[in-house]
Amino acid sequence: MNVGERLTDQNFPESPEKATLEGKNKFLGFWLFLGGETVLFATLFGTYLGLRNSFGKGPEASEIFQLPMVFAATIILLTSSLTSVYAVLALKENRVKAMRGWLFVTLLLGLSFLGLEIYEFIHYVHEGHTFTSGAFGSAFYTLVGFHGGHVLFGCLWLSTLLIRNSGRGLTLYNSPKYYLFALYWHFVDVVWVFIFTVVYLLGKVG
Amino acid sequence: MSNAHAANKSSLWDWLTTVDHKKIGILYLISGGFFFLIGGLEALLIRIQLMKPENTFLTGDLYNQVLTMHGTTMIFLAAMPIIFAFMNAVVPLQIGARDVAFPFLNSLGFWLFFFGGVLLNLSWFLGGAPDAGWTAYAPLSTTSSGSGLDFYVLGLQIAGAGTLIGGINFLVTIINMRAPGMTFMRMPLFTWTAFITSGLILFAFPALTIGFFLLMFDRVFEANFFDASMGGNPIIWEHIFWIFGHPEVYILILPAFGIISEVVSTFSKKRLFGYSAMVFATVLIGFLGFMVWAHHMFTVGLGPVANSIFAVATMAIAIPTGVKIFNWVFTLWGGQIRFTTANLFAVGFIPTFVMGGVTGVMLAAAPADYQYHDSYFVVAHFHYVIVGGLVLGLFAGLYYWYPRMFGKMLNETIGKWNFWTFFIGFHLTFFPQHFLGLMGMPRRYFTYPEGFGLGSMNFISTIGAFFMTIGTILFVYNIIITHAKGKMVSGDPWDGRTLEWAIPNPTPHYNFLQTPLVRGLDALWIEKMAGNKKMTPAEPVGDIHMPNNSILPFIMSLGFFIAGFGFIYFNKGGALALVAIIVGLGIGLVCMFLRSWIDDHGYHIHKKDLPKEDKGADL
Repeated sequence: MNVGERLTDQNFPESPEKATLEGKNKFLGFWLFLGGETVLFATLFGTYLGLRNSFGKGPEASEIFQLPMVFAATIILLTSSLTSVYAVLALKENRVKAMRGWLFVTLLLGLSFLGLEIYEFIHYVHEGHTFTSGAFGSAFYTLVGFHGGHVLFGCLWLSTLLIRNSGRGLTLYNSPKYYLFALYWHFVDVVWVFIFTVVYLLGKVG
Repeated sequence: MSNAHAANKSSLWDWLTTVDHKKIGILYLISGGFFFLIGGLEALLIRIQLMKPENTFLTGDLYNQVLTMHGTTMIFLAAMPIIFAFMNAVVPLQIGARDVAFPFLNSLGFWLFFFGGVLLNLSWFLGGAPDAGWTAYAPLSTTSSGSGLDFYVLGLQIAGAGTLIGGINFLVTIINMRAPGMTFMRMPLFTWTAFITSGLILFAFPALTIGFFLLMFDRVFEANFFDASMGGNPIIWEHIFWIFGHPEVYILILPAFGIISEVVSTFSKKRLFGYSAMVFATVLIGFLGFMVWAHHMFTVGLGPVANSIFAVATMAIAIPTGVKIFNWVFTLWGGQIRFTTANLFAVGFIPTFVMGGVTGVMLAAAPADYQYHDSYFVVAHFHYVIVGGLVLGLFAGLYYWYPRMFGKMLNETIGKWNFWTFFIGFHLTFFPQHFLGLMGMPRRYFTYPEGFGLGSMNFISTIGAFFMTIGTILFVYNIIITHAKGKMVSGDPWDGRTLEWAIPNPTPHYNFLQTPLVRGLDALWIEKMAGNKKMTPAEPVGDIHMPNNSILPFIMSLGFFIAGFGFIYFNKGGALALVAIIVGLGIGLVCMFLRSWIDDHGYHIHKKDLPKEDKGADL
């Protein structure tokens, strides 16, 4: 079977994302890439933990963090993880429309998260908590900003994927692409859970 | 597309767009070799300056620049790419694969390394090279004036991304692309070491990526990570650097262990002694390599508990390394030894590396390290493991695999001259440096006073460096002679044992006409002993699927190269620098977009265009 051919319910494989060697390679390679990403964020977290009380000329963490807004952002991002799970479930059953619908919701949630984060950063800058106000500021914006950058990249990636494959069904060629995006999105969510705990909760009470 | 491939000419366009692991291996070798010559030249300048007390040949900041660039170039731009050259040229063949798992990424990894290396070296012509040592300790690196350190950060960031991509590629290749029957415990030891090295790259390089980002943010965007007056902490840089930097040492040496294992086994006509112990030792060294980074920081003042733990962990690495040394000796023991140039380098490697290992254990003793730290004793130690270990291993690999990579055998007579001049020169250069260090000569200083008794040993050391230069020139001469006058050899010139010798010369584009069936360790040797003329195939001759060439990796890397310039001149270049950043990153993103947008299914070489049957390697 040609990898570019649209899959039907009759010839739909158990795991279309891993049905070809290319798919298997991408699947494994992406998991390994996420392993590397883990070290990347671990280094950022380590740096942040080392500098989180070095406020320099800026305000202290407990003064500026607004938990309600961060909580809203957390709920939005976690929900987007759930919708991407629904998308993958639909992918495994060849329900293309449902899959694309859920991914579209995921994209909207991702963009709303980004909007909130930008609003939050602007708010902090007005409070005097900037990238250059102290070691804490540098570490905060680098860690949270790296995560935000990952969300932004994910949104661009997902948009490309949705536009490119509009009107095309699932194939052995594009199934791994959808699946890998979901993996990436879960990873970005998990990182946020750690940021919420280590940066915001610890900043508020630690 | 397939017509373009049928006329597979060796044109420039073909080299820029190739995704063939064999060609990418050659690209890595040529560019890594070029940077090796530059790094060697810098070493020679250092040794000329230190030839006599109070010399004025190369002083002050210029000396610092040459010293920094020597270390940085040798580690990141010479040693790593030459290792990747071998991994590309050999690993897919050793596991019976037709290409790597991600041919496109393979090309991208090379071009990122290449443009990163070029960017770093352009600093010489644009206001001065980095001058804070290859370790770029803060706050020296954050406060160093000029753009040198910016070139260091951006150049290595781009090159490092390429290395990470390469590491992931080889992990997936080795896990997913092995021929039928090639179980993990039947993989040749070079493939095993490439596998573990790739794993170390995956988990070590992201730490460096972040380290470079922090340093870049401090320098370019006025962040305060390492600025103590704003609450920053320069020790964080040391931790991050060595969390990467110590695994990096094993990233470098493990493939050399693999090469030595292949060479010693082939030229003793024996199966590698203690194969499974060798595999286990490789894995253990890789694992322990992550537990020892703070032995570079004994004098920082982390306290006796931390120092003791890291000292013990460091000494523990001597055990698996010792296992390897004994296994090589036992492989040679009772073998039909042929002293080809490759084997001379391998046999020379064994005692030399042991000496580097012994000083390593001495340095691991934390209290004693307070005496050795930042002295020439350390310089002697790491040159014994990196030059005496890795570089001798790379030379062995070059003489061994040259016929596989280029179809011609390097001249053995010149090769032996190459070995003896380089080997004697090496010991002459670095052996006296142990004693210079014990006598108190600090590393990185551009001179030393008269009357301290340091002059004669420094002079001997410089003479040794000239011998090594002669050895290197002989090697370059050997390459020229070989390509001008050498004859094509058979596909199996050494009576090899592993799959890379089972194919005709020159290696077909698709490597294996039929995927081989592997029936044990030393797969080819098993077939030879069974009286077979070629490998037993695992499949009939059929259509072969191959990846398409692409120019995108080249353009994408060029984009990041341009953006790198923009960041380097961000504080001085004004609007032009900003334009470079936006255009450069834009080019990179557009290339990623195109890669996602354009369906790329590869192409097939059809059965009718293939030879009727597998001829093997003229055994």
